[in-house]
Amino acid sequence: MAEIQDTILVTIVTPAGTRDEYNVKHIRAPGSEGDFGVLPGHLPLMTSLRIGAIYLDTVQGQQVWSTSGGYVEVLGNRVTILAETAEKADKIELERAEAARDRALGRISKKATDLDIARARLALNRAINRIKTVKESRKD
Amino acid sequence: MPSLKQISRRIVGVKNTAQITRAMKMVAAARLRRAQENMENARPYAWKLRDVIASLAARTSAEKYPLLEVRDPQRIGIVTVTSDRGLCGSFNLNICRKTQQVLSEFPESDVQLFTLGKKGYDFLRKREVKIYHNYPGVFQELEFSQAAAIGGEIVSHYHFGDFDRIYLVYNEFKNVAQQNIISEQLLPIIPHSEMTASLQNVDYIYEPDEKGVLDKMLPMHINIQIWRVMLESYAAEQAARMTAMENATNNAKEMVDDLTLLFNKARQSAITKELLEIVSGAECLK
Repeated sequence: MAEIQDTILVTIVTPAGTRDEYNVKHIRAPGSEGDFGVLPGHLPLMTSLRIGAIYLDTVQGQQVWSTSGGYVEVLGNRVTILAETAEKADKIELERAEAARDRALGRISKKATDLDIARARLALNRAINRIKTVKESRKD
Repeated sequence: MPSLKQISRRIVGVKNTAQITRAMKMVAAARLRRAQENMENARPYAWKLRDVIASLAARTSAEKYPLLEVRDPQRIGIVTVTSDRGLCGSFNLNICRKTQQVLSEFPESDVQLFTLGKKGYDFLRKREVKIYHNYPGVFQELEFSQAAAIGGEIVSHYHFGDFDRIYLVYNEFKNVAQQNIISEQLLPIIPHSEMTASLQNVDYIYEPDEKGVLDKMLPMHINIQIWRVMLESYAAEQAARMTAMENATNNAKEMVDDLTLLFNKARQSAITKELLEIVSGAECLK
């Protein structure tokens, strides 16, 4: 059995080109079956993500990312987050997220076709998630 | 020796050509910058995903997932990625040659092609190969939805047993001056070969469950790989065109220099001839 180290190497990649690596002590991520935490020495895990916030307790302090889904692989002391989108909380523009939320709300209230409603719902969830992530990260 | 007028007309012609090739080089350079950025954005995600999939594939039993199942290669599909436009050196020819080489490796099998890009289609349809499907004009507007559509079709063909193995042949962008010609197996997905026995016995925890995760991830992986290859090939095409047009411009410049020399020589000999005539004429009158 490999020796258990006290940090995990987390890699976040997205199709839009984000690529970041952190040494973290603890991760909390929104799995499709509920939030889960990963500490060093975790068993191998493969899970899909839902819309939500990822909390990374790095050596330098906590970081919050918002994501709109994807996959996480935990293997040994490495965690790979393959996110559809991922934004660091301090990079999210609150005004734009709020504008996106209002736009989505407007579309839903206009009662377009079912497909449009479904899309708008997803957009709304993403926007609300981004707003929530920003607000939570500012609280600390 | 051609007349002065003929030479000067040629100089003008070559200069015009040089102007066009220079302009094309500029256009290619501008497009290359954008294409390269897109490609570099897509690469880390695609590579990481490929790693994860390869390690997942090594741990699960292939019978449960058609995309992992290795079958006897009776029917083979080759996805060849070329460009829609020419004037980019040996970019397309290299791919067509490589495709033919892959073809010749399977004399016993029924090989059919999927062609992306007009140039490859035009070249290969005149040869003795079967083209299963052509996707024209995918490079006019590069969008992920196109890659997803192509990926979806290929996956379903593989799923229903229309093909037993699928290869990708494309130009990989190495740097502005170089393209690598790559042929790799797309389906079935190749599991990690360097998996040690101890790691292989590790049981993953899957959420929601193994089938739920893999059934979604495997087709997504194919779409992402095709998307990456399209971006890769487009960037490589622009780079190849830039180099080709740069060479053409230089060759034209050299030609103008040679022709100017010829022009000057011809003019000088005409002057000498005239002078001789005048002098000898004056000599006669004495």
